[in-house]
Formats: sequence, C-alpha cells, structure tokens
Amino acid sequence: MDTLNYLIDGFGVALAPHNLMFALMGAFLGTLIGALPGLGPANGVAILIPLAFTLGLRPETALIMLTAVYAGAMYGGRISSILLNIPGDEPAMMTCLDGYPMARQGRAAEALAISAVASFIGSLIATVGLILLAPLLARFALTFGAAEYFALFVLAFATLGGITGKNPVKTILAAALGLMIATVGIDLSTGVQRFTFGTLELYEGVDFIIAIVGLFAVSELLVFIEEKAGAGREMIRVNKLSLKWKDIREILPTSFRGGVIGFISGVLPGAGASLGSFISYTLEKKILGSKNRFGEGDSRGVAAPEAGNNGASSGALVPMLTLGVPGSGTTAVLLAMLISFNITPGPLMFTQNADVVWGVIAALLIGNFLLLVLNIPLVGVFVKLLSVPPMYLLPMVTMVAFVGIYSISHSPVDLYFMVAFGVAGYFLRKLEIPLVPVILGMLLGPEMEKNLRHAMQISDGDWMVLWSSPLSITLWAIAIAGLVLPVIVGPILRRRMKAGAQPD
Amino acid sequence: MSMRTPLKFLAAASLTLSAGLAMAFQPSGKVDCIAPADPGGGWDFTCRSVGKVLEDLDLVPGSVQTINMAGAGGGVAYAHTVSKRSDDDQLLVAASTATTTRLAQGQFPGMSADDVNWIGAVGADYGVIAVAKDSKYKDLPALMDALKKNPKAVKFAGGSANGGWDHLKVLIAANKAGVDNLPKIPYLSYNNGGEAMTQVVGGHVDAFTGDISEAQGFMESGDLRILAVLADQRLPGKFSDIPTAKEQGIDAIGANWRGFYMPGKISDDARQYWVDAVDTLYKSDEWKDVMKKNGLMPFHPGQGQFEQYVKTQIDDIQALSKEIGLIK
Repeated sequence: MDTLNYLIDGFGVALAPHNLMFALMGAFLGTLIGALPGLGPANGVAILIPLAFTLGLRPETALIMLTAVYAGAMYGGRISSILLNIPGDEPAMMTCLDGYPMARQGRAAEALAISAVASFIGSLIATVGLILLAPLLARFALTFGAAEYFALFVLAFATLGGITGKNPVKTILAAALGLMIATVGIDLSTGVQRFTFGTLELYEGVDFIIAIVGLFAVSELLVFIEEKAGAGREMIRVNKLSLKWKDIREILPTSFRGGVIGFISGVLPGAGASLGSFISYTLEKKILGSKNRFGEGDSRGVAAPEAGNNGASSGALVPMLTLGVPGSGTTAVLLAMLISFNITPGPLMFTQNADVVWGVIAALLIGNFLLLVLNIPLVGVFVKLLSVPPMYLLPMVTMVAFVGIYSISHSPVDLYFMVAFGVAGYFLRKLEIPLVPVILGMLLGPEMEKNLRHAMQISDGDWMVLWSSPLSITLWAIAIAGLVLPVIVGPILRRRMKAGAQPD
Repeated sequence: MSMRTPLKFLAAASLTLSAGLAMAFQPSGKVDCIAPADPGGGWDFTCRSVGKVLEDLDLVPGSVQTINMAGAGGGVAYAHTVSKRSDDDQLLVAASTATTTRLAQGQFPGMSADDVNWIGAVGADYGVIAVAKDSKYKDLPALMDALKKNPKAVKFAGGSANGGWDHLKVLIAANKAGVDNLPKIPYLSYNNGGEAMTQVVGGHVDAFTGDISEAQGFMESGDLRILAVLADQRLPGKFSDIPTAKEQGIDAIGANWRGFYMPGKISDDARQYWVDAVDTLYKSDEWKDVMKKNGLMPFHPGQGQFEQYVKTQIDDIQALSKEIGLIK
C-alpha cells in the first residue's frame, strides 16, 4: 500500500502545473525528435538535456521533462518508419515492415493511429510493471555486494552489442574508448590522480553530460554541414483518418502481448528495446498463424512491434532506477542526468528522493496519456514538421547545447571539451563506430572497476569471491550466454530481420 | 512571518552598530558567491541559503548571486580566486572540510591556505560511525578493540575517496582510541554516502563512516545503528539519543564545517566587515531557522578564531595523511 501512497504523491508532483507544462513540452519535442530519421531517442534525450539546464529547472521538473521526451521519442520513431520507410532508430525498424505497406495502400493515417494506440497500451502495461517491480527490486538491491555488482556490470557489457549489434568489433572498440575516457581523474580507491597531467579541469574526470551532448548533438551538426541536406523532405500526404472501434479491438490482444514481452526484455540490462520489438513481432506472427497478413500491411503487424518497443522502454527504467545499471542507451543518458543532480539510483532513492522517483513514474503515465491525445489529432502537424529543413532545426539545437552546457558550470573549458567530443563523434560516425557504447563505457567502467577492487579488498585478494554466491553465479551465467548467443544466433536473426525489412 | 519585520529592523540596527565600529568598508552593488560545484550539492546550498539570509538581514546592499564553478573538488574555484580575483572584496567562496583536506594533501597544486582569507563558518555536519542493525558491535569501544587486535577486522565504507574526509574520520577515531597500524584499516570508497550505507545495511561491509545528515534515512528506518557521533557534545533534537565518541572515552571530533573564504589581497576593513557579517548571520533567528530545516548543526569558532581553526585542521590532516602514506 506504501507504493500506492507514494504513487499518489508522485501524481501530486507530476500534476503540478509547471511540471505538467514541461511534460507536455517534452512529449511534443520528443515526438518531433523521434520522428526525424536517424536521430532516435538516445540522441533526442541527449540533445534536450542542455535545455533542462538552460531553463534552470529543478531536478524533478528536469527529469519529468526528459522522461516525457524519452516516451515521446519512442512514439515519434514510428512516424518516419511508416511514412518514409526510414526507421528513426533500431527498435522502430520492425514497424516499417507493415507500416510502410499500409501507408502505400493509402492507410497511413490508420497506421499512425493504430501505432499510437499500441504504443500507449505497451507503455501503460510496462509502466504498471515498473510500479509493481521497481520497489521490490530496490529492496532486493541490498543483496548486491561488490562481487554481485561486478558480475552485473560484466553482464551489462557482455550484452552490450546485443542481438542487433551490427559489428561486434566496433561495439567493443567503442566501449573500450568509453572505458579509457573514464579512467581520467581521481582514482577513488587510492586517491591518486590518473591522466590529468596537472590540469585542474581534469581532476574530477570528464563529465558524462558534456561527452553525451558533444558526441550526439554537436556531431549531428557536423554531419549535417557535410551533407548539406538543406532542402528538406518532400511533402508526405496523409489521408483523412477513418478509424473504427473494430480496428482498435482487433489490435488489443496483440498490443497486450507485445507490451508484456517488451517489458520483460526491457528489464534485462543490455537487451533493450530492439529485442522487445523484434520478439513481439515474430511471436505475434506465430500466434496468429495463417490468419495474419504480416508484411503486407497488417495492422497487427504495426501494433506488435510498437507495443513491444514502448514496453521495453519503460522496462529499461527498472534496472536503471533500482540498480543504477542502464538497460539501453537512452536510459544511460537519463542515468547520467540523475547523477548530475546528485541523485543516486538504488534502494535509498525510493525513500530519500521519493518525490523524484515517483514523480517520474507518474510523469510516465501522464506522458503516455498526453502522447495519445497529442498524437491522434496532431499527427498532421508532426508530419508537416518532418518537412522542416534541418538547416533551421540544427542551428537551434547547437545553440541550446552551448548555452545549456555553459550554464551548468560556467566554464569555457567545458565548451572546448564539448566541441572536441563533437569532432570525435563525427569521426566515429564516419567510421560507423556506434556512439552509445562509448557512453555506456564511460558510465559503467568506473563502477565496474570500483566494485572489482572492493570485492578484492573485502576478501583480502581472494578472486574466488567473485563467484561465491548463487546470485553472482546466475549473473555470470547470463553474461556468458549474452556474450556467446549473439555470435551463434545473431547472424540468423539479422538475416531474418533484413529479409523482413525488404519484403519485395 | 509577522515577526520578520521587527527582526529585520533589529538585525539592521545591530549591523549599523558593528558597521559603526568597522566603518571604512561597505559593500556596494552585487555580491558574488562562488559554489565550487554543480548545482544541488552542499557548497551550492551554502551559497544560496547564506546569500538569501544576507539579503534578508540587509547585510548586503543588493543581491547575492550564486555562481557554480565546478572542478577539481573546488580547485578550479580556488585557482580562480587566487589568480584572477585576488583583490575582489565582494566575492565569497563556499568551502568545507573537503577544501581543507585537499589543501592539506597538496591537491590544489601550487596553492596553500595562506593564499586566501578564511572568513567564518556557519554550521557543520558531524561525522558518525555506524553499523548494520544486526552487527555484533554495540558501541564504539567494542569496534575499536576489534581493530586493536587486528586492524583488518573491520572494513569501513564511506562516500569520499581514499584519504578523503570520510576515510580520515575513521583514522581520527582509531588514532584517539589507540589503534596502531592505521594504514592497514581497510577503507572502501563509494561515490557517495548513500551507496556506502546501502552496502553496510546489506551486510557486505562492516561499518559506515559518513556524516549525520546522510545517515538520517537509514537511522530512522532502523536499518542502521549509529555507534557514535564525532562531536564535542550530543547533537540537538532527534539526534540527542546518539552518544558522542567522547563520552565513550574516545576523544575524536569530526566536524565537516561549512563556511567561506575570500580572496587574499582584500583590505583589512573589508575582511573585518565580512567576518562581522557572518557572525551576525550566524546569530540571527533567520539562520537558526535555515539550520533547523536543513539539519545543519551548530559550529562557529568565534571572532577571528576561524582562520586559526582552519590552519590547525590542515596540519592535523597533513600529519594523518603522512601516517597512512597518502602524501610524503
């Protein structure tokens, strides 16, 4: 019952007029950014982080806004999938399979509406799951000692590439880069400075937020300048919506199943949203058997992956809030945000920062309602915004990035760092090295190192302590499975996904 | 609230008195307060809350603007104050025991405590040593006896880096209790007190070293047993049940004070004005209210004694750091 009380308090926080306003703004901007092809939610949240600092928001307001951005980006991803056959990010890939055919059959509005409803149901189920599971898991977090945490971080790294990782070597390279950057600064376990070269600005290491904004937002601008894609996209026509209750009823069971599957795959660290949308699509195809017309514009083929990826995005918040281990790139960005507000995930957060946690959870629920309300009537607006040339959009993003980063610590050095990360991010993109593992390496690396050293300190140097409890053995087993399975199963799955993505 | 105006009047009157004595210096225009960290932490709180009360008491003519200047645990702000604004007499910089610890250990390269003026303290957070509720240690002497037999017997978790303030508090207490071999005592460093406590409550590490404000949550839930508070006397309010280390025969004080320094080359008159202003603030009801609301405990070395206190603290920390081999 405590949970219910906290949740009611959370609604009190989230429904405060200014918080509600920022949630609405976040949902709107999130949908917009999610809809822009190639940006995706991790970038979307990263780009909008400086906005929270520019506006000088309080922690709970900033987090509520960014959670709404997060949810919105997941919604927005489907717009370009359906209309342009270009997924906004990897999880949205599966939505192309039936969404684009529907649009070509002149049912674009229906596809958009159905995906909005399915996204809503998926998020709703997963948010309820989050509410039920998170406080339990937060208490369970007390059983995690140094050895267990170390195994958990190994697990997170092992599943990093995940099933959809295109090039495992590049993923490892990116993660290693993140780990290297993370070693800069004071070493907590010995109090010694590492790689700071006597520069005061480096004593506390490299700030995650600066790295994130530089890598994602600034490099986006550089890529754009190079491509000179100033013309904007051709106008996309959307028919008038004629959605019947029957159409919605048809997708309900599919959406429920997709939401549950999505939530479960989201909870697993590293697996994330791509897996959620993929499994729910293929499973639904099996369940429906010969009754389906998947791949030819079946509305359930739009509903399943959408419910799956939105379910997974809420599910990924569970390990992030309770254990401090992000389940996806986007939650890693949110985690960096929490840390910069001096809020530590874990069991304490659910009591000491109850207003923040439950405010965010309530915001997720409210955000979903807002998104449903925003998305069905306003879909035409988003489609129009899709055709705004990036030459107007990106300079604004860059301005917000500079003002936001400067307003955190008023240090020009931070701006140099951000630009340096932007240039680095540009080259990484050119080399097709993924950026998210860099951030995860930076975030998780120091924690992994710290826990390994603590485990050694506690056991007086006995390595056996690392696999001495049932919990740590389980985690090691999952980590090994996560490392080995993609090598075997990955190519098969990817071939199928590819085959599905190009039906002709 | 209705008390506010007469109080303000009184404060203003007492200020005119003290200002009458100092005479020569009066701040004009905007006053800056540098918080050497990102928004949300202790230094940020010090600047913002003190700034507000200084305004309410009319100790400053206009507003006090908080500027966040994070980096090197306060080193960036320290360097900025010493090199760029050495004669700015309208600049306060928030400081705490973390600042003196870093100064003592030479972590602000090329700078020392003599480069600035230490103005005053406005309160403190006192150190505690705590164990999980089912721990076999019931009081501080029992824990220290175990360390005397084997310095590795009790492992401590704290929120500062190795050699940082949370680590030093353990060493101060162990030193006073007569434990030899201080460098052998295991100290596990976490990102913050919350993480460290979670490990202690979860039974993975034996004891927690931190500040009373951090321990409050788990103390109230009953998961954490506080063996001793490292204060001169028992703390007020709900903390009055916690015994001090002193009354258990271990004369260890661990005060994480919060206060200010100013640039080193300001005039004596200006310096005196701000020392008086901090004194007036500390004694005001407005500030007592802030302290109560935020769990800040009494700490305020009297007129002119703060500078001496800071220097003694730095010497003590230096001696301890040498003993554990952190510095040479």
